[in-house]
Amino acid sequence: MIDRLDDYMRFQTEALKLRSQRQELLAANIANADTPGFKAVDFDFGKALTSVTSTSSGPAPAPEILYRQPAQASLDGNTVEMDAERAAFADNTVRYEAALKFLNTQLRTMLAALQG
Amino acid sequence: MSLFNIFDIASSALSAQTQRLNTTASNIANADSATGPDGTPYRAKQVVFQAVPQDAGNGPAKVRVAGVVEDGAPARKVFDPKHPLADGEGYVTLPNVSIVDEMVNMISASRSYQSSVEVMNTAKALLEKTLSLGS
Repeated sequence: MIDRLDDYMRFQTEALKLRSQRQELLAANIANADTPGFKAVDFDFGKALTSVTSTSSGPAPAPEILYRQPAQASLDGNTVEMDAERAAFADNTVRYEAALKFLNTQLRTMLAALQG
Repeated sequence: MSLFNIFDIASSALSAQTQRLNTTASNIANADSATGPDGTPYRAKQVVFQAVPQDAGNGPAKVRVAGVVEDGAPARKVFDPKHPLADGEGYVTLPNVSIVDEMVNMISASRSYQSSVEVMNTAKALLEKTLSLGS
């Protein structure tokens, strides 16, 4: 019975976990914006979520981290593009909040059903 | 929890940028220091940033100052025979500090610092929202 409750909220929980992982990667990219030779990294959120939610048993697979292709490479080998990173960071923030809101709504719905 | 790691990452960037700003301040302050404690003109210093991956591979990386190196640019020579430190031909050797470079460095460091502060604020707001989940 309790596993049904777990299943009910699993999707949003996994989405939230991946969002926070991506947030960390983007924060690291912004932190290393002035490090010579640093290569910006990111992962495909959609693919990562699909692979996590489609595995039913065992540990969830870690997202495949890829290097970002810079639109304009810089001379010191750094591939962080501040505008792109900041945009992705803001985007990820809003989507994290969205996942949080969905999860909150699910929790409230479940509480309403439990309390009657 | 990844969101807590953001604090570590952003604060590593803050301290690295602070050190860069410190170096810039020292360079600008000593742009005209014709002599130092060892009798030679001041030499411009530059920080070298290094990425420190938290786990092996291409995971999220902190940043640290790998070292402070002396700028290799040649010293500035100014013709001023009245100067007490002028050589036989009347030239004074002044530091190799480029004010333009230092100003650019300063603005870049302060912008990067601001970005990291913003990252930290966002992470904090997200954490607070996560903590109030279910209420």
